[in-house]
Amino acid sequence: MTKPSDTSRRDFLKTFLVGAAALGASGTLAHAEEPAAKSRVVLARDGNVFGADGALDHGRTLNLLDRAMEAMYELSDPVAAWKKVIRPGERVSLKVNVLGGKGLRSNPMLVDAICERLQGAGVRARDIIVWDRDTDELERTGFRVSDDPNKVRILGTDRFGFEDEHSTHGSVASRLSKILTRECDVMINVPVLKDHEGAGVTVALKNMYGVIHNPNKMHPNNCNPYIADLNMLPEVRGKMRLTICDATTAGYEGGPGYKPQFAWKANSILVSRDPVALDYSAWQIIERKRAEKGLKSLEAEKRAPIHIVTAADAQHRLGTNDPNRINVVEVVAG
Amino acid sequence: MAGAGAACGLHILGQPAAAMPPPAPEDDSRYVTEARFYEKLENKRIKCKLCPRECAVGDLERGYCGVRENRGGTYYTLVHSRVCAAHVDPIEKKPLFHYLPGTMAFSLATAGCNVNCKFCQNWEISQSRPEQVRAEYAPPQRIAELAKQYMCPTIAYTYSEPVVFSEFLMDTADAAHQAGVRSVVVSNGYMQTESLKKAYGRMDAVKIDLKSFSEKYYRDVVCGELKPVLDALVTLRAMGKWTEIVYLVVPTLNDDESEFRGLARWVKTNLGPDVPVHFTQFHPEYLLKNLPITPVPTLERAKAIADAEGLHYVYIGNVPGHAAENTYCPKCRKMLVERIGMTARQVLIRGGKCPGCQQPIPGIWQT
Repeated sequence: MTKPSDTSRRDFLKTFLVGAAALGASGTLAHAEEPAAKSRVVLARDGNVFGADGALDHGRTLNLLDRAMEAMYELSDPVAAWKKVIRPGERVSLKVNVLGGKGLRSNPMLVDAICERLQGAGVRARDIIVWDRDTDELERTGFRVSDDPNKVRILGTDRFGFEDEHSTHGSVASRLSKILTRECDVMINVPVLKDHEGAGVTVALKNMYGVIHNPNKMHPNNCNPYIADLNMLPEVRGKMRLTICDATTAGYEGGPGYKPQFAWKANSILVSRDPVALDYSAWQIIERKRAEKGLKSLEAEKRAPIHIVTAADAQHRLGTNDPNRINVVEVVAG
Repeated sequence: MAGAGAACGLHILGQPAAAMPPPAPEDDSRYVTEARFYEKLENKRIKCKLCPRECAVGDLERGYCGVRENRGGTYYTLVHSRVCAAHVDPIEKKPLFHYLPGTMAFSLATAGCNVNCKFCQNWEISQSRPEQVRAEYAPPQRIAELAKQYMCPTIAYTYSEPVVFSEFLMDTADAAHQAGVRSVVVSNGYMQTESLKKAYGRMDAVKIDLKSFSEKYYRDVVCGELKPVLDALVTLRAMGKWTEIVYLVVPTLNDDESEFRGLARWVKTNLGPDVPVHFTQFHPEYLLKNLPITPVPTLERAKAIADAEGLHYVYIGNVPGHAAENTYCPKCRKMLVERIGMTARQVLIRGGKCPGCQQPIPGIWQT
C-alpha cells in the first residue's frame, strides 16, 4: 500500500477555465484562482495509468487520485485534501457503478486507492463501505466482496434491503437503500463516464438510480425530471459530499452497457463537489468524442442530457451547468 | 388494482413462508425466459411490444415494469413461474360478479407493474423488482395441480399487474385448461392489441380496472394512458370475453359527476349496457394517504348516474352489506345474487335467466 509521501512528485498541474481545450468548448483565459461562486471540476489524466497487462497500475492510479485531490482542494498534500472531505469518526460509503459489467465499471483499483487515502486520512476501515445495487454484480465486475465488520465492506443493497417508507420529491417516490440511510454519514459518488441511451449521459447524477428500489420507473422522458428530483432527496443531497468519476475507460455510445466498439481509454478521473458541473463537463467530453468518431451529437439524437439543465434550475439548484461558472482544472499526472 | 392487501401467502404453494429462505441467486435462472412481445433493434437495444409504453431498452437495462431485462440484445422476462403471492380467494374478491358466483379462485401474482398508481394497495409487490420480494418457484403445471387440489374451478391472475407476466399467464392458462381449470385475469388493460389478443385470448373472463375517464388522471395519478385501456375493452368485447369493469372512486381526483356520466355513456355505447361496472371505495394507501375514504353517498351518486344512463348492472364495492352489492334483474328487479362483502349468500339465477321473469342474465354461471 503506497503512502502519500511515497508518491512521485514529477507531476505538474495546469489550470484552465471550463470550455478550454480540455473539453473542446469555446475557451477563454486561464487563471489560477476561480471566484468563490464558481464550481471546480478537476480533470486529471495519466496516459500511462494502464499497465502493460491492460489493468490499472496501482501506483499510478493512486498518484492520479492524489494529484486530482490536491488540485480539487488546492493543497499540496493529498491526506490534507482528504481531511477536507471527511471529519473524524464519520462513516463513508463509496457508491460505485457496476451496471456496465467488467468492461465499463468503477474500477476496483481506483476504489482501492480511494479507500487507501480515506484510511490515510483517519477513517477506520470498518467505517468504509463500497456498494452498488447487488453483491453478485460487484463480485462479477472484479470487486472482492467482504462483509467482515473490521475491514472495508464491499456489499450490495441486496444484503441490507430498502427502507419501508418512501422518500418523495416531485416526480420521485422511492425506497432508499439502507446502506445510504443507515450505514454511512457521507457518500462519495464514484460513477463512470458513459453514454446512456435514454438520459444521454450517465455520470454523477444518474448514478443515484442505484440507491433506490425502482429505477425502472424513472426512465421515461429522457429520465427527466426524475434524475434531478432524485438527487433532491435529503438523504442523497445531504450525504453526497464529493464525486470522483472514473473515466479511465469511458463509453461514448451504446451505453449504459459496455460495447467495446464504443469504449475508449480516456485515462482520466474527474473530481468535483458539484455533481451538476461535473456532469456538464463530462457531457462535453462525450460530445467531443462523438464528434471525433463522426457520430451525431446527443441533441441531434434527441437525447441531450436535459436532466443536467433541470438539476441546475431554480427548483433544484443542485449545482451549475453554466460554463461561465465552472472552472475545469486540468491535471496531467505521471 | 382490486384484491386488496395481497400478503405474500406463499405457504399455499407448499412451504411455510416463514421457513422459506430467499431464493439463492443461482436459482434465478429458473424464472428467466425469453419475452414473447418485443423487437430487436441495433446496438443490442430492444423495443418492448407488450404494453403501449413500447420501452426502448438498452443492454442490461429493464423496462418500466422492472421485470423484463435486456441481456445482450435479447429481452427476457424475469418472473416466469416466480410467484410472490398466492391465495385462495372468493371470485367476488376480484371482483367478478357475473362469473361463477360463490366459487373460489386460486389467485396468484408475480412482482411488477407497467403503471404506478398512487393509490395502489399492493405496491409492496407491484412496485418492486422481482429480486426485492420473496417468491416461490411455481411452474404452470404446478399451479394447475394446486388449483384442483384446493377445489378451485378458476385460476385468477391478480394482485400486481398480470400484463407484465403475460408469458407465465399464457403458459399457466394452457396448462390449466388441459386440467379442466379456467382462468380469469384482473388487469389494468394497459396493453397492446396484439399481446392482449394472445394473452387474454386464453382467459375465460376479464376484469379491467378503468381507473378514470380522464387522460389527465391517467397521466398524473396512474402514470399511464386512458385511450389504450378503452381500446382494450372494445377488443375484449369484440373477442367475446366476459368482461367486468371496476372504477375506484378517489375523492377529489376522479369523483366528478360529469366523469361518471361520461364513463357510463361510453360503456353503453361501446360495450353495451350489460357490462357490469363496479364503483368501489378508495382507502388511503401508498402515495395517497392524505385523502379520505370515499364517502358512500359519492358511490351511490355514481351508481345512480350510471343506472340513469342505462347500464343494467352497476355495483358498489368495498362497502360490505350495501344493497348495491347484489345482482338484480334489470327487468323485474328481483334479487338474483345476494352478496355480503366477498361472500355470495344466495344465487337464484337458473339456466342463465331470472327465475321470476325469464330475463336472460349475461355472464358465466355454469361450472
